[in-house]
Amino acid sequence: MKNKINKKETIIHGIFLILGLITIASVLLISVYLVLTGIPAIKEIGFFDFLFGKEWEPTVSEPKFGILPFILTSVYGTIGAVLLGTPIGFFTAVYLAKLASPQIKKIVSMAISLLAGIPSVVYGLVGMLVLVPAIREIFKISDGTSLLSAIIVLSVMVLPSIIKISFTALEAVPKEYEEGSLALGATPLETYLRVSVPAAKSGIAAAIILGVGRAIGEAMAVIMVSGNVANMPSLFRSVRFLTTAVSSEMSYATSGSLHKQALFSIALVLFVFIMLINVILHSFFKRQKEG
Amino acid sequence: MKKKILSIVTVTLMFSGVLTGCTVKEGNTIATDGSSSMEKVIGALGEAFIEKNDMGRFTYNPTGSSTGITAVAEGRCDIGLSTRVLKDEEMSSDLTETIIAYDGIAVIVNPENNISDLDIETIAKIYTGKITNWKELGGRDGEIVLIGREANSGTRDGFESVIGTENACKYRQELTTTGDVITTVANNPNAIGYASIASVKEIVKVISVNGVLPTDENIKKGTYVIKRPFVLITKTDNQLSPTEQAFYEFCFSEEAKSIIELAGVVPVY
Repeated sequence: MKNKINKKETIIHGIFLILGLITIASVLLISVYLVLTGIPAIKEIGFFDFLFGKEWEPTVSEPKFGILPFILTSVYGTIGAVLLGTPIGFFTAVYLAKLASPQIKKIVSMAISLLAGIPSVVYGLVGMLVLVPAIREIFKISDGTSLLSAIIVLSVMVLPSIIKISFTALEAVPKEYEEGSLALGATPLETYLRVSVPAAKSGIAAAIILGVGRAIGEAMAVIMVSGNVANMPSLFRSVRFLTTAVSSEMSYATSGSLHKQALFSIALVLFVFIMLINVILHSFFKRQKEG
Repeated sequence: MKKKILSIVTVTLMFSGVLTGCTVKEGNTIATDGSSSMEKVIGALGEAFIEKNDMGRFTYNPTGSSTGITAVAEGRCDIGLSTRVLKDEEMSSDLTETIIAYDGIAVIVNPENNISDLDIETIAKIYTGKITNWKELGGRDGEIVLIGREANSGTRDGFESVIGTENACKYRQELTTTGDVITTVANNPNAIGYASIASVKEIVKVISVNGVLPTDENIKKGTYVIKRPFVLITKTDNQLSPTEQAFYEFCFSEEAKSIIELAGVVPVY
Protein backbone atom coordinates (compact mmCIF):
# COMPACT_ATOMS: atom_id res chain seq x y z
CA MET A 1 0.00 0.00 0.00
CA LYS A 2 2.72 2.40 1.02
CA ASN A 3 4.74 1.38 -1.99
CA LYS A 4 1.83 2.20 -4.29
CA ILE A 5 1.47 5.68 -2.84
CA ASN A 6 5.18 6.25 -3.22
CA LYS A 7 5.04 5.19 -6.84
CA LYS A 8 2.15 7.55 -7.51
CA GLU A 9 4.03 10.33 -5.77
CA THR A 10 7.06 9.72 -7.93
CA ILE A 11 5.02 9.82 -11.13
CA ILE A 12 3.29 13.05 -10.16
CA HIS A 13 6.62 14.49 -9.10
CA GLY A 14 8.02 13.58 -12.50
CA ILE A 15 5.15 15.22 -14.36
CA PHE A 16 5.56 18.43 -12.39
CA LEU A 17 9.26 18.39 -13.03
CA ILE A 18 8.74 18.07 -16.77
CA LEU A 19 6.23 20.90 -16.78
CA GLY A 20 8.67 23.07 -14.85
CA LEU A 21 11.45 22.22 -17.25
CA ILE A 22 9.37 23.41 -20.21
CA THR A 23 9.66 26.98 -18.96
CA ILE A 24 13.36 26.71 -18.38
CA ALA A 25 13.85 25.06 -21.76
CA SER A 26 11.96 27.90 -23.48
CA VAL A 27 14.12 30.54 -21.82
CA LEU A 28 17.29 28.64 -22.67
CA LEU A 29 16.18 28.05 -26.24
CA ILE A 30 15.39 31.72 -26.80
CA SER A 31 18.61 32.90 -25.17
CA VAL A 32 20.82 30.50 -27.10
CA TYR A 33 19.01 31.20 -30.36
CA LEU A 34 19.29 34.97 -29.95
CA VAL A 35 22.96 34.83 -29.09
CA LEU A 36 23.76 32.48 -31.96
CA THR A 37 21.82 34.49 -34.54
CA GLY A 38 22.74 37.88 -33.15
CA ILE A 39 26.51 37.55 -32.86
CA PRO A 40 27.50 37.04 -36.54
CA ALA A 41 26.19 40.40 -37.76
CA ILE A 42 27.76 42.26 -34.83
CA LYS A 43 31.06 40.61 -35.69
CA GLU A 44 30.76 41.52 -39.35
CA ILE A 45 29.63 45.11 -38.80
CA GLY A 46 31.94 45.68 -35.86
CA PHE A 47 30.83 46.07 -32.25
CA PHE A 48 31.32 49.84 -32.05
CA ASP A 49 30.05 50.58 -35.54
CA PHE A 50 26.93 48.63 -34.72
CA LEU A 51 26.16 50.01 -31.26
CA PHE A 52 27.37 53.57 -31.80
CA GLY A 53 26.76 54.09 -35.51
CA LYS A 54 24.30 56.90 -36.06
CA GLU A 55 23.00 55.82 -39.45
CA TRP A 56 20.75 52.92 -40.31
CA GLU A 57 20.58 52.44 -44.07
CA PRO A 58 20.26 48.72 -44.72
CA THR A 59 19.35 48.84 -48.41
CA VAL A 60 21.76 51.33 -50.01
CA SER A 61 24.69 49.98 -52.01
CA GLU A 62 27.05 50.52 -49.10
CA PRO A 63 24.72 49.70 -46.25
CA LYS A 64 25.12 51.26 -42.83
CA PHE A 65 24.01 49.40 -39.74
CA GLY A 66 24.28 51.80 -36.82
CA ILE A 67 21.67 51.31 -34.12
CA LEU A 68 22.49 54.21 -31.80
CA PRO A 69 19.27 56.02 -32.88
CA PHE A 70 17.22 52.97 -31.83
CA ILE A 71 19.04 52.53 -28.52
CA LEU A 72 18.71 56.21 -27.58
CA THR A 73 15.07 56.30 -28.66
CA SER A 74 14.29 53.27 -26.51
CA VAL A 75 16.15 54.76 -23.56
CA TYR A 76 14.61 58.24 -23.87
CA GLY A 77 11.17 56.83 -24.55
CA THR A 78 11.35 54.61 -21.50
CA ILE A 79 12.70 57.33 -19.23
CA GLY A 80 10.04 59.73 -20.46
CA ALA A 81 7.26 57.21 -19.92
CA VAL A 82 8.45 56.42 -16.41
CA LEU A 83 8.91 60.11 -15.53
CA LEU A 84 5.34 60.79 -16.63
CA GLY A 85 3.82 57.59 -15.29
CA THR A 86 5.52 57.38 -11.90
CA PRO A 87 4.01 60.45 -10.17
CA ILE A 88 0.53 59.53 -11.37
CA GLY A 89 0.95 55.87 -10.49
CA PHE A 90 2.62 56.56 -7.15
CA PHE A 91 0.00 59.00 -5.86
CA THR A 92 -2.79 56.76 -7.10
CA ALA A 93 -1.26 53.92 -5.12
CA VAL A 94 -0.94 56.05 -1.96
CA TYR A 95 -4.51 57.22 -2.34
CA LEU A 96 -5.83 53.71 -2.86
CA ALA A 97 -3.81 52.13 -0.08
CA LYS A 98 -4.36 54.76 2.60
CA LEU A 99 -7.07 57.27 1.83
CA ALA A 100 -9.73 55.82 -0.44
CA SER A 101 -13.02 54.47 0.88
CA PRO A 102 -13.63 50.77 0.24
CA GLN A 103 -16.11 51.43 -2.57
CA ILE A 104 -13.83 53.80 -4.44
CA LYS A 105 -10.96 51.40 -3.91
CA LYS A 106 -12.99 48.64 -5.52
CA ILE A 107 -13.98 50.69 -8.54
CA VAL A 108 -10.50 52.13 -9.15
CA SER A 109 -8.86 48.73 -8.71
CA MET A 110 -11.21 47.32 -11.30
CA ALA A 111 -10.37 50.13 -13.70
CA ILE A 112 -6.66 49.52 -13.24
CA SER A 113 -7.00 45.80 -13.89
CA LEU A 114 -8.94 46.65 -17.02
CA LEU A 115 -6.22 49.05 -18.10
CA ALA A 116 -3.66 46.29 -17.65
CA GLY A 117 -5.74 43.94 -19.77
CA ILE A 118 -6.18 46.18 -22.78
CA PRO A 119 -4.16 44.76 -25.70
CA SER A 120 -1.31 47.00 -26.81
CA VAL A 121 -2.67 47.23 -30.34
CA VAL A 122 -5.70 49.02 -28.89
CA TYR A 123 -3.44 51.54 -27.14
CA GLY A 124 -1.71 52.01 -30.47
CA LEU A 125 -4.94 52.44 -32.36
CA VAL A 126 -6.36 55.02 -29.97
CA GLY A 127 -2.99 56.75 -29.96
CA MET A 128 -2.91 56.82 -33.74
CA LEU A 129 -6.44 58.11 -34.20
CA VAL A 130 -6.78 60.45 -31.19
CA LEU A 131 -3.39 61.33 -29.71
CA VAL A 132 -1.39 61.81 -32.92
CA PRO A 133 -3.84 64.29 -34.52
CA ALA A 134 -4.21 66.03 -31.13
CA ILE A 135 -0.46 66.53 -30.81
CA ARG A 136 -0.35 67.82 -34.37
CA GLU A 137 -3.01 70.43 -33.53
CA ILE A 138 -1.69 71.41 -30.10
CA PHE A 139 1.94 71.87 -31.04
CA LYS A 140 1.23 73.12 -34.56
CA ILE A 141 3.57 70.63 -36.18
CA SER A 142 3.07 69.01 -39.57
CA ASP A 143 2.67 65.51 -38.24
CA GLY A 144 1.90 64.19 -34.76
CA THR A 145 3.80 60.92 -34.90
CA SER A 146 6.77 61.53 -32.65
CA LEU A 147 8.73 60.49 -29.62
CA LEU A 148 6.30 62.53 -27.52
CA SER A 149 3.29 60.53 -28.71
CA ALA A 150 5.10 57.30 -27.95
CA ILE A 151 6.06 58.53 -24.48
CA ILE A 152 2.47 59.45 -23.67
CA VAL A 153 1.11 56.11 -24.84
CA LEU A 154 3.83 54.23 -22.94
CA SER A 155 3.25 56.25 -19.77
CA VAL A 156 -0.38 55.11 -19.72
CA MET A 157 0.70 51.55 -20.38
CA VAL A 158 3.12 51.46 -17.44
CA LEU A 159 0.52 52.81 -14.99
CA PRO A 160 -1.06 49.47 -14.01
CA SER A 161 2.23 47.83 -13.06
CA ILE A 162 3.42 50.87 -11.11
CA ILE A 163 0.12 51.25 -9.24
CA LYS A 164 -0.36 47.58 -8.45
CA ILE A 165 3.13 46.86 -7.10
CA SER A 166 3.35 50.13 -5.12
CA PHE A 167 -0.11 49.50 -3.72
CA THR A 168 0.87 46.03 -2.50
CA ALA A 169 4.04 47.39 -0.93
CA LEU A 170 2.13 50.17 0.85
CA GLU A 171 -0.52 47.74 2.11
CA ALA A 172 2.22 45.58 3.57
CA VAL A 173 3.55 48.36 5.84
CA PRO A 174 2.85 47.22 9.43
CA LYS A 175 -0.08 49.04 11.06
CA GLU A 176 2.05 49.71 14.15
CA TYR A 177 4.33 52.10 12.27
CA GLU A 178 1.43 54.27 11.23
CA GLU A 179 -0.33 54.07 14.59
CA GLY A 180 2.93 55.06 16.30
CA SER A 181 3.31 58.05 14.05
CA LEU A 182 -0.30 59.13 14.55
CA ALA A 183 0.05 58.72 18.33
CA LEU A 184 3.04 61.07 18.27
CA GLY A 185 0.80 63.76 16.84
CA ALA A 186 1.58 63.53 13.11
CA THR A 187 -1.32 64.24 10.77
CA PRO A 188 -2.53 61.32 8.57
CA LEU A 189 -0.92 62.84 5.46
CA GLU A 190 2.42 63.30 7.23
CA THR A 191 2.20 59.72 8.42
CA TYR A 192 1.56 58.30 4.96
CA LEU A 193 4.23 60.31 3.17
CA ARG A 194 6.92 60.24 5.90
CA VAL A 195 6.36 56.83 7.45
CA SER A 196 4.44 54.50 5.11
CA VAL A 197 6.14 55.50 1.87
CA PRO A 198 9.73 55.25 3.19
CA ALA A 199 8.84 51.88 4.71
CA ALA A 200 7.60 50.69 1.31
CA LYS A 201 10.31 52.32 -0.75
CA SER A 202 11.99 49.23 -2.12
CA GLY A 203 8.61 47.92 -3.27
CA ILE A 204 7.90 51.22 -4.98
CA ALA A 205 11.31 51.15 -6.63
CA ALA A 206 10.56 47.65 -7.87
CA ALA A 207 7.27 48.96 -9.29
CA ILE A 208 9.11 51.60 -11.26
CA ILE A 209 11.63 49.12 -12.63
CA LEU A 210 8.80 46.84 -13.66
CA GLY A 211 7.35 49.82 -15.50
CA VAL A 212 10.70 50.31 -17.25
CA GLY A 213 10.63 46.69 -18.36
CA ARG A 214 7.11 47.07 -19.71
CA ALA A 215 7.97 50.25 -21.61
CA ILE A 216 11.21 49.09 -23.20
CA GLY A 217 9.70 45.87 -24.51
CA GLU A 218 6.60 47.40 -26.05
CA ALA A 219 6.43 47.28 -29.84
CA MET A 220 2.90 47.21 -31.18
CA ALA A 221 1.63 50.40 -29.61
CA VAL A 222 4.71 52.50 -30.35
CA ILE A 223 5.01 51.39 -33.97
CA MET A 224 1.63 52.98 -34.59
CA VAL A 225 2.40 56.37 -33.06
CA SER A 226 6.14 56.93 -33.45
CA GLY A 227 6.43 57.32 -37.23
CA ASN A 228 9.12 54.69 -37.45
CA VAL A 229 11.93 56.57 -39.21
CA ALA A 230 15.49 55.90 -38.05
CA ASN A 231 16.18 59.47 -36.85
CA MET A 232 18.20 60.39 -33.81
CA PRO A 233 15.62 60.92 -31.06
CA SER A 234 13.98 64.31 -30.78
CA LEU A 235 10.68 65.01 -29.05
CA PHE A 236 8.74 66.11 -32.13
CA ARG A 237 10.41 63.99 -34.76
CA SER A 238 9.58 60.59 -36.08
CA VAL A 239 11.62 57.94 -34.27
CA ARG A 240 12.20 54.21 -34.26
CA PHE A 241 12.56 52.03 -31.16
CA LEU A 242 14.67 48.88 -30.76
CA THR A 243 11.53 46.76 -30.77
CA THR A 244 10.01 48.36 -33.84
CA ALA A 245 13.32 48.28 -35.71
CA VAL A 246 13.14 44.50 -35.51
CA SER A 247 9.48 44.07 -36.28
CA SER A 248 9.11 46.59 -39.08
CA GLU A 249 11.83 45.23 -41.33
CA MET A 250 11.82 41.56 -40.47
CA SER A 251 9.23 40.53 -43.02
CA TYR A 252 10.99 42.11 -45.99
CA ALA A 253 14.65 41.60 -45.21
CA THR A 254 16.06 38.98 -47.54
CA SER A 255 16.79 35.78 -45.65
CA GLY A 256 20.46 35.15 -45.08
CA SER A 257 21.40 38.75 -45.78
CA LEU A 258 23.43 40.89 -43.41
CA HIS A 259 20.33 43.07 -43.03
CA LYS A 260 18.31 40.21 -41.58
CA GLN A 261 21.18 39.12 -39.34
CA ALA A 262 21.52 42.69 -38.09
CA LEU A 263 17.84 42.61 -37.10
CA PHE A 264 18.57 39.56 -34.96
CA SER A 265 21.46 41.48 -33.42
CA ILE A 266 19.09 44.32 -32.51
CA ALA A 267 16.88 41.75 -30.83
CA LEU A 268 19.92 40.54 -28.92
CA VAL A 269 20.69 44.08 -27.71
CA LEU A 270 17.08 44.47 -26.59
CA PHE A 271 17.30 41.12 -24.83
CA VAL A 272 20.42 42.23 -22.95
CA PHE A 273 18.61 45.42 -21.86
CA ILE A 274 15.67 43.44 -20.53
CA MET A 275 17.97 40.96 -18.76
CA LEU A 276 19.69 43.87 -17.01
CA ILE A 277 16.36 45.27 -15.89
CA ASN A 278 15.38 41.86 -14.56
CA VAL A 279 18.61 41.53 -12.62
CA ILE A 280 18.06 44.95 -11.02
CA LEU A 281 14.44 44.09 -10.27
CA HIS A 282 15.47 40.82 -8.69
CA SER A 283 18.00 42.49 -6.40
CA PHE A 284 15.33 44.97 -5.29
CA PHE A 285 12.91 42.21 -4.38
CA LYS A 286 15.68 40.43 -2.53
CA ARG A 287 16.53 43.54 -0.56
CA GLN A 288 12.85 44.08 0.20
CA LYS A 289 12.59 40.58 1.62
CA GLU A 290 15.69 41.00 3.73
CA GLY A 291 14.90 44.55 4.84
CA MET B 1 3.31 41.22 -34.19
CA LYS B 2 1.85 37.77 -34.05
CA LYS B 3 1.13 37.95 -37.74
CA LYS B 4 4.71 38.88 -38.43
CA ILE B 5 6.06 35.98 -36.46
CA LEU B 6 3.62 33.72 -38.22
CA SER B 7 4.70 34.99 -41.60
CA ILE B 8 8.35 34.51 -40.73
CA VAL B 9 7.64 30.96 -39.69
CA THR B 10 5.65 30.34 -42.86
CA VAL B 11 8.39 31.78 -45.01
CA THR B 12 10.99 29.66 -43.27
CA LEU B 13 8.86 26.57 -43.77
CA MET B 14 8.31 27.47 -47.41
CA PHE B 15 11.98 28.11 -47.80
CA SER B 16 12.96 24.71 -46.49
CA GLY B 17 10.21 23.12 -48.57
CA VAL B 18 11.34 24.81 -51.75
CA LEU B 19 14.97 23.94 -51.12
CA THR B 20 14.12 20.28 -51.29
CA GLY B 21 11.82 20.91 -54.23
CA CYS B 22 14.58 22.67 -56.07
CA THR B 23 17.47 20.38 -55.48
CA VAL B 24 15.67 17.05 -55.68
CA LYS B 25 13.90 17.67 -58.91
CA GLU B 26 10.73 15.67 -59.23
CA GLY B 27 9.17 15.17 -62.59
CA ASN B 28 6.14 17.36 -62.12
CA THR B 29 7.20 20.00 -59.68
CA ILE B 30 6.86 23.64 -60.63
CA ALA B 31 9.50 25.51 -58.68
CA THR B 32 9.26 29.28 -58.59
CA ASP B 33 11.54 31.66 -56.78
CA GLY B 34 11.66 35.43 -56.48
CA SER B 35 9.79 38.59 -55.60
CA SER B 36 7.79 38.60 -52.40
CA SER B 37 5.41 41.17 -53.91
CA MET B 38 4.22 38.61 -56.41
CA GLU B 39 3.14 36.23 -53.69
CA LYS B 40 -0.56 36.92 -54.15
CA VAL B 41 -0.58 36.59 -57.94
CA ILE B 42 1.69 33.60 -58.30
CA GLY B 43 0.09 31.86 -55.32
CA ALA B 44 -3.37 32.23 -56.85
CA LEU B 45 -2.15 31.08 -60.26
CA GLY B 46 -0.34 28.08 -58.82
CA GLU B 47 -3.28 27.03 -56.73
CA ALA B 48 -5.71 27.34 -59.62
CA PHE B 49 -3.40 25.40 -61.93
CA ILE B 50 -2.88 22.51 -59.52
CA GLU B 51 -6.58 22.34 -58.75
CA LYS B 52 -7.59 22.40 -62.40
CA ASN B 53 -5.16 19.80 -63.66
CA ASP B 54 -4.87 17.79 -60.49
CA MET B 55 -1.19 17.23 -61.08
CA GLY B 56 2.18 18.39 -60.03
CA ARG B 57 3.38 20.23 -57.02
CA PHE B 58 3.75 23.97 -56.85
CA THR B 59 6.41 25.64 -54.78
CA TYR B 60 7.17 29.30 -54.29
CA ASN B 61 10.18 30.74 -52.57
CA PRO B 62 9.73 34.43 -51.67
CA THR B 63 13.33 35.61 -51.73
CA GLY B 64 13.28 38.80 -53.78
CA SER B 65 13.61 39.63 -57.47
CA SER B 66 17.40 39.48 -57.72
CA THR B 67 17.66 36.20 -55.85
CA GLY B 68 14.96 34.71 -58.07
CA ILE B 69 16.78 35.71 -61.26
CA THR B 70 20.03 34.24 -59.96
CA ALA B 71 18.25 31.03 -59.02
CA VAL B 72 16.97 30.55 -62.58
CA ALA B 73 20.33 31.42 -64.12
CA GLU B 74 22.01 28.82 -61.93
CA GLY B 75 19.34 26.23 -62.73
CA ARG B 76 18.18 25.93 -59.14
CA CYS B 77 14.63 26.81 -60.09
CA ASP B 78 12.47 26.72 -63.18
CA ILE B 79 10.60 29.98 -63.17
CA GLY B 80 11.95 33.13 -61.60
CA LEU B 81 9.68 35.93 -60.43
CA SER B 82 10.82 39.51 -60.71
CA THR B 83 9.22 42.90 -60.25
CA ARG B 84 11.75 44.56 -62.53
CA VAL B 85 12.97 43.82 -66.04
CA LEU B 86 16.35 42.18 -66.47
CA LYS B 87 19.46 44.30 -66.22
CA ASP B 88 21.95 44.20 -69.09
CA GLU B 89 24.39 41.95 -67.31
CA GLU B 90 21.61 39.51 -66.49
CA MET B 91 20.46 39.44 -70.12
CA SER B 92 23.75 37.84 -71.14
CA SER B 93 23.08 34.69 -69.14
CA ASP B 94 20.48 33.41 -71.63
CA LEU B 95 17.39 34.39 -69.72
CA THR B 96 14.03 35.17 -71.20
CA GLU B 97 11.69 37.61 -69.54
CA THR B 98 7.96 37.69 -70.02
CA ILE B 99 5.82 40.32 -68.36
CA ILE B 100 2.54 38.87 -67.13
CA ALA B 101 1.09 41.89 -65.37
CA TYR B 102 1.61 45.43 -64.19
CA ASP B 103 1.15 46.65 -60.65
CA GLY B 104 0.27 50.32 -60.56
CA ILE B 105 1.38 52.44 -57.64
CA ALA B 106 -1.00 55.30 -56.85
CA VAL B 107 0.14 58.58 -55.36
CA ILE B 108 -2.38 59.53 -52.71
CA VAL B 109 -3.16 62.68 -50.74
CA ASN B 110 -5.73 63.69 -48.16
CA PRO B 111 -9.18 64.42 -49.67
CA GLU B 112 -8.99 67.97 -48.25
CA ASN B 113 -5.96 68.64 -50.43
CA ASN B 114 -6.78 70.69 -53.53
CA ILE B 115 -3.81 69.39 -55.51
CA SER B 116 -4.94 66.80 -58.03
CA ASP B 117 -2.07 66.47 -60.48
CA LEU B 118 1.72 66.35 -60.14
CA ASP B 119 4.44 65.47 -62.60
CA ILE B 120 7.24 63.02 -61.90
CA GLU B 121 9.87 65.72 -61.34
CA THR B 122 7.70 67.49 -58.80
CA ILE B 123 7.01 64.24 -56.94
CA ALA B 124 10.76 63.58 -56.85
CA LYS B 125 11.37 67.09 -55.48
CA ILE B 126 8.71 66.57 -52.84
CA TYR B 127 10.10 63.23 -51.73
CA THR B 128 13.70 64.43 -51.59
CA GLY B 129 12.73 67.43 -49.49
CA LYS B 130 13.31 70.15 -52.14
CA ILE B 131 9.68 71.19 -52.01
CA THR B 132 8.39 71.24 -48.45
CA ASN B 133 5.16 73.20 -48.53
CA TRP B 134 1.94 72.64 -50.48
CA LYS B 135 1.87 76.42 -51.00
CA GLU B 136 4.77 76.13 -53.47
CA LEU B 137 2.56 73.92 -55.63
CA GLY B 138 -0.45 76.19 -55.51
CA GLY B 139 -2.06 74.41 -52.60
CA ARG B 140 -2.89 75.82 -49.21
CA ASP B 141 -0.22 76.62 -46.65
CA GLY B 142 0.97 73.47 -44.93
CA GLU B 143 4.19 71.52 -44.54
CA ILE B 144 4.17 68.42 -46.73
CA VAL B 145 4.22 65.23 -44.68
CA LEU B 146 5.92 62.37 -46.52
CA ILE B 147 4.53 58.95 -45.82
CA GLY B 148 6.35 55.90 -47.13
CA ARG B 149 7.06 52.24 -46.60
CA GLU B 150 9.92 50.50 -44.82
CA ALA B 151 13.21 49.63 -46.51
CA ASN B 152 13.02 46.59 -48.82
CA SER B 153 9.28 46.90 -49.36
CA GLY B 154 8.41 46.09 -52.96
CA THR B 155 6.10 49.06 -53.25
CA ARG B 156 8.81 51.39 -51.98
CA ASP B 157 11.37 49.94 -54.40
CA GLY B 158 8.91 50.28 -57.27
CA PHE B 159 7.97 53.84 -56.41
CA GLU B 160 11.49 55.08 -55.72
CA SER B 161 12.97 53.53 -58.85
CA VAL B 162 10.39 55.15 -61.14
CA ILE B 163 10.70 58.52 -59.41
CA GLY B 164 14.47 58.18 -59.30
CA THR B 165 14.84 58.82 -55.60
CA GLU B 166 16.32 55.55 -54.37
CA ASN B 167 17.43 55.91 -50.76
CA ALA B 168 17.10 59.68 -50.98
CA CYS B 169 13.55 60.08 -49.65
CA LYS B 170 13.11 62.17 -46.52
CA TYR B 171 10.24 60.27 -44.99
CA ARG B 172 8.33 61.61 -42.02
CA GLN B 173 6.81 58.20 -41.41
CA GLU B 174 7.84 54.75 -42.56
CA LEU B 175 4.94 52.39 -42.17
CA THR B 176 4.86 48.65 -42.54
CA THR B 177 1.64 48.05 -44.43
CA THR B 178 -0.24 49.61 -47.31
CA GLY B 179 -3.29 49.89 -45.07
CA ASP B 180 -1.36 51.98 -42.54
CA VAL B 181 -0.20 54.33 -45.30
CA ILE B 182 -3.77 54.85 -46.47
CA THR B 183 -5.12 55.43 -42.95
CA THR B 184 -2.35 57.87 -42.12
CA VAL B 185 -2.82 59.87 -45.31
CA ALA B 186 -6.56 59.94 -44.65
CA ASN B 187 -5.94 61.38 -41.18
CA ASN B 188 -3.42 64.08 -41.98
CA PRO B 189 -4.51 66.91 -44.31
CA ASN B 190 -0.90 67.59 -45.36
CA ALA B 191 0.19 64.04 -46.05
CA ILE B 192 1.23 62.43 -49.31
CA GLY B 193 1.85 58.72 -49.74
CA TYR B 194 1.92 55.87 -52.21
CA ALA B 195 0.14 52.55 -52.29
CA SER B 196 -0.59 49.67 -54.60
CA ILE B 197 -3.67 50.61 -56.62
CA ALA B 198 -5.60 47.51 -55.68
CA SER B 199 -5.57 48.58 -52.04
CA VAL B 200 -6.50 52.25 -52.39
CA LYS B 201 -9.80 53.20 -50.79
CA GLU B 202 -12.24 56.07 -51.02
CA ILE B 203 -10.89 57.76 -47.88
CA VAL B 204 -7.90 59.15 -49.77
CA LYS B 205 -7.58 61.08 -53.02
CA VAL B 206 -5.65 59.50 -55.87
CA ILE B 207 -3.84 62.15 -57.89
CA SER B 208 -2.92 61.94 -61.54
CA VAL B 209 0.73 61.79 -62.53
CA ASN B 210 1.74 63.82 -65.59
CA GLY B 211 -1.99 64.30 -66.08
CA VAL B 212 -2.78 60.59 -66.20
CA LEU B 213 -4.90 58.77 -63.65
CA PRO B 214 -3.85 55.23 -62.65
CA THR B 215 -6.72 53.34 -64.25
CA ASP B 216 -6.29 49.77 -65.50
CA GLU B 217 -6.54 51.13 -69.04
CA ASN B 218 -3.78 53.71 -68.57
CA ILE B 219 -1.49 51.25 -66.82
CA LYS B 220 -1.91 48.76 -69.68
CA LYS B 221 -1.31 51.42 -72.33
CA GLY B 222 1.76 52.60 -70.44
CA THR B 223 0.67 56.21 -70.10
CA TYR B 224 0.59 55.94 -66.31
CA VAL B 225 4.25 55.68 -65.40
CA ILE B 226 4.43 54.75 -61.72
CA LYS B 227 4.08 51.02 -62.10
CA ARG B 228 6.23 47.98 -61.92
CA PRO B 229 6.12 44.89 -64.08
CA PHE B 230 5.54 41.38 -62.77
CA VAL B 231 7.95 39.29 -64.81
CA LEU B 232 8.38 35.57 -65.31
CA ILE B 233 12.01 34.64 -65.95
CA THR B 234 12.94 31.40 -67.71
CA LYS B 235 16.10 29.98 -69.20
CA THR B 236 16.23 30.44 -72.96
CA ASP B 237 18.05 27.25 -73.89
CA ASN B 238 16.63 25.00 -71.21
CA GLN B 239 13.42 23.20 -72.08
CA LEU B 240 10.76 23.32 -69.41
CA SER B 241 9.22 20.03 -68.33
CA PRO B 242 5.69 19.36 -69.67
CA THR B 243 4.13 20.34 -66.35
CA GLU B 244 6.08 23.57 -66.20
CA GLN B 245 5.29 24.34 -69.81
CA ALA B 246 1.61 23.77 -69.10
CA PHE B 247 1.78 26.11 -66.13
CA TYR B 248 3.64 28.73 -68.12
CA GLU B 249 0.97 28.65 -70.80
CA PHE B 250 -1.74 28.67 -68.16
CA CYS B 251 -0.32 31.94 -66.81
CA PHE B 252 -1.18 33.62 -70.11
CA SER B 253 -4.56 32.01 -70.63
CA GLU B 254 -7.92 33.73 -70.54
CA GLU B 255 -8.64 31.96 -67.27
CA ALA B 256 -5.51 33.29 -65.64
CA LYS B 257 -6.49 36.80 -66.63
CA SER B 258 -9.36 36.94 -64.17
CA ILE B 259 -7.18 35.37 -61.46
CA ILE B 260 -4.54 38.05 -62.01
CA GLU B 261 -7.16 40.77 -61.93
CA LEU B 262 -8.59 39.32 -58.74
CA ALA B 263 -5.13 39.56 -57.18
CA GLY B 264 -5.29 43.29 -57.82
CA VAL B 265 -2.92 43.79 -60.73
CA VAL B 266 -3.40 44.49 -64.42
CA PRO B 267 -2.72 41.65 -66.90
CA VAL B 268 -0.80 42.73 -70.00
CA TYR B 269 -2.53 40.80 -72.75
